[in-house]
Amino acid sequence: MRAPASDLPLVLSDVSLDAGDVRILRHLNLTITRGAPTLVVGPNGSGKTSLLRLCMGLARPSAGSITWGGCAESGPVRRAIVLQRPAMLRRSVGANVAYALAQAGTPRKVRNDRAANLLARVGLSDLAGRPARRLSGGEQQRLALARALARSPEILLLDEPTANLDPAATRAVEDIVLSAAESGIKIVMTSHDLGQVRRLAGDVIFLVRGALCERKLVIDFLENPSTPEGFAFLRGDLVI
Amino acid sequence: MSDHSTAWQLILDADPALFGIVRLSLAVSLSAVILAALIGMPLGALLALTRFPLRSALVVMFNALMGLPPVVVGLAVYLLLSRSGPLGALGILFTPSAMVIAQTILILPIMAALTRQTVEDLWIEYRDELTAMGVGPAARIMTLLWDARFSLLTALLAGFGRAAAEVGAVMIVGGNIDGVTRTMTTAVALETSKGNLPLAMGLGLVLVAIVLAINAAAWGTRAWAERQAA
Repeated sequence: MRAPASDLPLVLSDVSLDAGDVRILRHLNLTITRGAPTLVVGPNGSGKTSLLRLCMGLARPSAGSITWGGCAESGPVRRAIVLQRPAMLRRSVGANVAYALAQAGTPRKVRNDRAANLLARVGLSDLAGRPARRLSGGEQQRLALARALARSPEILLLDEPTANLDPAATRAVEDIVLSAAESGIKIVMTSHDLGQVRRLAGDVIFLVRGALCERKLVIDFLENPSTPEGFAFLRGDLVI
Repeated sequence: MSDHSTAWQLILDADPALFGIVRLSLAVSLSAVILAALIGMPLGALLALTRFPLRSALVVMFNALMGLPPVVVGLAVYLLLSRSGPLGALGILFTPSAMVIAQTILILPIMAALTRQTVEDLWIEYRDELTAMGVGPAARIMTLLWDARFSLLTALLAGFGRAAAEVGAVMIVGGNIDGVTRTMTTAVALETSKGNLPLAMGLGLVLVAIVLAINAAAWGTRAWAERQAA
């Protein structure tokens, strides 16, 4: 398997995803390139998580095709994902990051230094020796971010990284996401929270019932939705 | 009552013959546990992670073989190692090596079946994460075995318990030769049939004490290590 020079652009062509008889995503056409964070929003069950899993290559489309940097088949080389409930390896916080570094091919000699840098970046330096599964929810999200960043990704997929976090923990995660975006990493992130969309997004992908409803710059979406569904969603109505 | 006191006396005197029997029992059973773990744990992990035709049949077979009767294993190994058997040329029948082989076969299914279950459960939790990190098949197995290490201790203990307690297999392939292949269990069986109940009880007590001590040590290690790392 030849590693592509880049995982970007990420292109979805007429992608559909079925689970049994249920169509989760329908006929999506999307191109994701470098730039400000893309936030994926939509009601529960609109297919946000499934879209991220497809983008990561964790799931395969039932129809249509996905390419990363022009290649259809590529291992997860320059992309990383933070799952909504990240699994913590039964090791210390530091060992979790070191493991991700090892899998990303970081030479053993520099692994410890890089792990320390990453832990500092997410503010977990003091907890390096703590068992990862003893961390709080917010700390686990930050550790999952450190593991994802260990892969030096070009594209970082985040599935509601601040769901169930208190405002301080949310701020900590958002700061990490913003600094990652400033360092040139393309962020694709699902969110429930329109305030968060306003704070982080460059552009917005709005999904309803598995279909792409709107894709716009954040300002245009928030101020000027062009579909009745978008309008209802922003107003806080249930979009069914 | 006098039987009890004789039994304790034998233990307290640390009779050299008794000591030899205990040492052989431990050496054989621990060797079998190590061998069975080295073969059975990767096998169980492989079974947990791969999908192929007949996999379910294999899973059911390993589960069923956990209850393998020791005398049947003893007989099979006996037939393999006897002079006219396929491995007769090795000439190891009635030696501790033969006993290790028999006990390894006996507890291999326990190791494989318990490992498969443990690793499969952990794999469900880790699958997306490891796939997203691009972890290859061999590294997956190593990762899962390592991260399941505390649970796998239970498999080791179960294997050791079964090996240390069984009498049928070591009796058949070892022959219960005094000073060579006599273990605690075969000695208990022999002394009981000879009517030497004090010695049989003494050996039985030692056997139970050793199994208890090893379980306690393993439990303590697990509790300590989990506080450190898990």
